[in-house]
Amino acid sequence: MSQPTFLLDGQSVPFDDGQMILEAARAAGRYIPHLCWHPDFPPHGSCKLCVVKVAGRHVSACATPARAGAEVESDTPEINTERRTLLQMLFVEGNHFCPACEKSGDCQLQAMAYDLEMTTPRFRHFFPDRPVDASHPEVLLDFNRCIYCELCVRASREQDGKAVFALTGRGINKKLAVNAESGRLADTDFSADDKAAHICPVGVILKKRVGFAVPIGERTYDRAPLHEVALPKSEDSA
Amino acid sequence: MSAPRKLRVATVSLAGCFGCHMSLLDIDEHVFALLDKVELDRSPLTDLKTCGPCDIGLVEGGVCNSENVHVLREFRAQCKTLVAMGACAINGGLPAQRNHLDVGQCLSAVFQSRPGMDTAEVPDDPELPLPLDKVHPIHEVVRVDYFLPGCPPSGEAIWQFISDLLAGRTPRVSYPLLHFD
Repeated sequence: MSQPTFLLDGQSVPFDDGQMILEAARAAGRYIPHLCWHPDFPPHGSCKLCVVKVAGRHVSACATPARAGAEVESDTPEINTERRTLLQMLFVEGNHFCPACEKSGDCQLQAMAYDLEMTTPRFRHFFPDRPVDASHPEVLLDFNRCIYCELCVRASREQDGKAVFALTGRGINKKLAVNAESGRLADTDFSADDKAAHICPVGVILKKRVGFAVPIGERTYDRAPLHEVALPKSEDSA
Repeated sequence: MSAPRKLRVATVSLAGCFGCHMSLLDIDEHVFALLDKVELDRSPLTDLKTCGPCDIGLVEGGVCNSENVHVLREFRAQCKTLVAMGACAINGGLPAQRNHLDVGQCLSAVFQSRPGMDTAEVPDDPELPLPLDKVHPIHEVVRVDYFLPGCPPSGEAIWQFISDLLAGRTPRVSYPLLHFD
């Protein structure tokens, strides 16, 4: 029997049984935007940037199993407008001051805003007060840019076996916390070689003293847009 | 046939650094093409102090004091199309980095407790506009028609944007000219 397929924006995408829509699309070289999803971890379903429309319902493509014959809408004006609104809410909720950010040009949040042509934050800025943690000798934490994707939490817990990070509080009071009595990164066993030190999609977890080793203008998303960079490399060369 | 009427354009820098205006001058020889099609109203380039009826208003910088509010409202009232140009106009930018601090403490830190300041008091000349407690992006104060991101937007991005506007198209700054930094 041939492999089952579903339709993504009218084009046929094959999938394996149990595969999620986002994974199957990605394997077929089709990009669905995502921030909290990462190939090394189970779906998290929190950023909602991967929202797609299936049979009139909005679902997270990272956490919805593909079904044979399903019609999935992703790259449509309606869905992209919703994604842009989600981005705008992420931007006003934190302090995303790109001109002063070491991650600018390598930041997935920024690159997605470019991809979806978000030119204005549209909503009223919160301007929250989120002090940085520069206590660790090798790594700086700038909480101003956190989007609560929990990738560092998951990487530290599941791959580094350390549980250095956690999210505390709920709703608008949610924040990224460091698992130490003092709350300081220096008082944990965190290391710059941890998986968690390299997984942040935005500019929260930054290795010190290398911030501008690659100049602005020559960075990842200066060279190619996110929807190309985010796809697996083998598909790029295929 | 007479030439089409030149569009009137006003520009201003509120709580900005004039970097966007410098970038506007970076359009180089396009300046000639631009001046064939527009005439400037209030702008740092004309030094006019009030804004008359205009087709396009380009606003650099956010809103950090009472004078900024006044000027921005004047621009909105006079300009058919109002553009937020650059990071500060769009999200407050650098000046907004003081927003998590108390403005009174900022002023006393600068004027009262800094070594070498001989006045030792916060200036209160009535001609000085009062600072707002927070710096705001301009869309939080008036309706804005279009946004041109960048810190500053490159001359190329500004030229593409203005060309679209002058030609009557919806302005669009797309990859790779769209930058937040």
